Amino acid sequence: MLSRTANDLYWMSRHIERAENIARMLDVTYRMSLLPYRILEPGEKWAEPWALPLIINGLATNYYQRYSDLESEHVLHFMTLDASNPSSIYASLLTARENARAQRGAISNEMWESLNDTWLAVRNKTFAEIGAGGVSPFFDWVKDRSHLFRGVTFGTMIRDEGFSFIRLGTFLERADNTARILDVKYHTLLPSAHDVGGAVDYYQWSALLRSVSAFSIYRKIYRDVITPFRVAEVLILRDDVPRSLHACMNEIYEILQGLSDEDRLEPERLAGEIHAMLHYGRTQKIFQAGLHEWLLAFLEKIGALNTEVNKHFLVPSYQ
Amino acid sequence: MTAPPPICFDEMYGLGGEVLPHYRRYADWLAKLLPERLAQKRQEADVLFQRVGITFAVYGDEAAEERLIPFDLVPRILPADEWHMLERGLVQRVRALNLFLRDIYHDQSILREGIIPPRKALENAQYRSVMQGMRVPGDTYAHVAGVDVVRAGKGEFYVLEDNLRVPSGVSYMLENRKMMMRLFPELFALQEIAPIDHYPDLLLDTLRQVAPPGVVDPTVVLLTPGAYNSAYFEHTFLAQQMGIELVEGQDLMVRDQTVYMRTTRGSKRVDVIYRRIDDDFLDPQVFRPDSLLGVAGLFSAYQAGRITLANAIGTGVADDKSMYPHVPEMIEYYLGEKPILNNVPTWQLRKKDDLHHVLEHLHELVVKEVHGSGGYGMLVGPASTMAQRAEFRERIIANPEKYIAQPTLALSTCPTFVDAGIAPRHLDLRPFVLSGKEVRLVPGGLTRVALKEGSLVVNSSQGGGTKDTWVLER
Repeated sequence: MLSRTANDLYWMSRHIERAENIARMLDVTYRMSLLPYRILEPGEKWAEPWALPLIINGLATNYYQRYSDLESEHVLHFMTLDASNPSSIYASLLTARENARAQRGAISNEMWESLNDTWLAVRNKTFAEIGAGGVSPFFDWVKDRSHLFRGVTFGTMIRDEGFSFIRLGTFLERADNTARILDVKYHTLLPSAHDVGGAVDYYQWSALLRSVSAFSIYRKIYRDVITPFRVAEVLILRDDVPRSLHACMNEIYEILQGLSDEDRLEPERLAGEIHAMLHYGRTQKIFQAGLHEWLLAFLEKIGALNTEVNKHFLVPSYQ
Repeated sequence: MTAPPPICFDEMYGLGGEVLPHYRRYADWLAKLLPERLAQKRQEADVLFQRVGITFAVYGDEAAEERLIPFDLVPRILPADEWHMLERGLVQRVRALNLFLRDIYHDQSILREGIIPPRKALENAQYRSVMQGMRVPGDTYAHVAGVDVVRAGKGEFYVLEDNLRVPSGVSYMLENRKMMMRLFPELFALQEIAPIDHYPDLLLDTLRQVAPPGVVDPTVVLLTPGAYNSAYFEHTFLAQQMGIELVEGQDLMVRDQTVYMRTTRGSKRVDVIYRRIDDDFLDPQVFRPDSLLGVAGLFSAYQAGRITLANAIGTGVADDKSMYPHVPEMIEYYLGEKPILNNVPTWQLRKKDDLHHVLEHLHELVVKEVHGSGGYGMLVGPASTMAQRAEFRERIIANPEKYIAQPTLALSTCPTFVDAGIAPRHLDLRPFVLSGKEVRLVPGGLTRVALKEGSLVVNSSQGGGTKDTWVLER
């Protein structure tokens, strides 16, 4: 397969996954913003929820160049339909669609039509329209379109290298996102000793679980109260939770084993290293190192893996 | 169903106002169709085309960056016998044009024998001296030709233009058929309509046939200028249908006079390039040095016989409008046959007498730029204003050799959906002729229709639409 084709397919799926994750993140932010602030004790510090999507995506500077204040409406607009924000849902879907348009010969017709439909619909949406009656239906729609695209991909696409690069893009983006969402807790509540296990804590952890479709999974596994320790276990180490880091790395490692050959071993080796970290990891160890520090190290490794995939498959240099 | 007597030959009514035999079944079916159902089908077609993303880009028109070509629901139908005549005529014409190209780039006997003035070929901007004396596989130059045919007068066919460089439009031909079958499957049960969807197979087979000698299982690729080219949809469509890689210049590289593509498994050798890039942009080392679309060193590989380009470099010398008047002579010279298809009488404005005549009759003639295409830079006399004619006159006088003129043909019409209902609109036909070891084509071609009342310009860039084209099997 042409490297350029692989590159376009990889970024197509990364951007669809990104659009979905932004929808999830904004939805959880929206829900958090509805929490009663008064349950906070005096002296407790609570980061404004609407700053979260900006912090997680590294967009705060970009945002404050356009807006002077942190308004829910502005953040929502900025993150959903603002074409000038390269990480907005609109821009992500546009990029995904442009990648697909360039490579429509490499994907199935159904995939192209599904993604083109999504793009045509989002292009015609106005902020007034998605804001009316609550933003959640819009986020659900974005998630649905992403689910649909994934299903169409599974149901219609030939299992060739292109399929592998599409899956690779999906899981690298997802692993990146789950790690960032988990790290949100670090930014949200700067805990004082007494509030761990309190109401705010509970709401925040449950919202976080919901944002990655893991709330009922958690209930199913533990049938018990929500604790940070277990949330980390579910979203980092359990490989039966579809958006956990371990589940993502299972896929990534397997895909790269299939793509490797003797001239292209480094991406597989690095993926194996990260995978081993999760496969043989223990929650206690992660908490000993500090969850925030551990997640930062993980994100760095994922970034390095992306670089290796680029170097060996997507934009290789030749003599 | 009745219609006013047509002002020119009509595909459905001929000259007499009565439905012609080959249109009878369709006309009966149409008469029984409820208008609401038709309106609904039209909408359905729009949605489907939008969804599938069958678009083209119009240069210099940013707002309409991706536009749909209007698709008309009334098919253009050709009876079997007319098609057979057309087919024979097209094969004859394209064979002669390929023989001409071989001759021009080798012995030049047609020039030496004084049948065509040597100056006309050798000083032509489309003549590529780098091709002189170079052998190409099978002596085939124009592997894909899109010959524009119109019908005029009492219904006789004329060739308007031979497009031998990178003719486009075949994807619309194929998509239009798919659309008609999806919208009106019952019509295809009513009569035997010749299938066309094997075109990509024929094209791939043709491209494989012309691989460099000795290559057993040739790797064929389609070279596109990229996603911003107006015909990009067609490039992706054809690459997909043929199951070949769609490459851009940046995906290819030349090492030891061999062309490779950059893949996820390292570099892979390429044997045949179906290129949809003009000659000028193919290789910055030989042609335009500023080209970012091409591949440095491609020509050296071509010259070494390590790669086949389809179409070959330098085919423009044969489809140029100044060469067009000589095609009937080429047919007689190379094949010893009488031309089956008519040429349109053409005035060449570099000749004094012709220039004089044309300037006197601008209001009734069509004037075209010799190197123009896409309907740009032409004057349709009867439809022009005084000011347009005055402006064109100046341009002609400044550069007479840049122009030719032809009588305004009363192009045939076909019933077409317009805002006011169904009305006759002018059309043409572009069949696609494939030349490898043999010369072949699928029945029909792309029918383009001028949607503006009275307009004779069918080009999509000028607001034209398309129709499905049916060749009846009996």
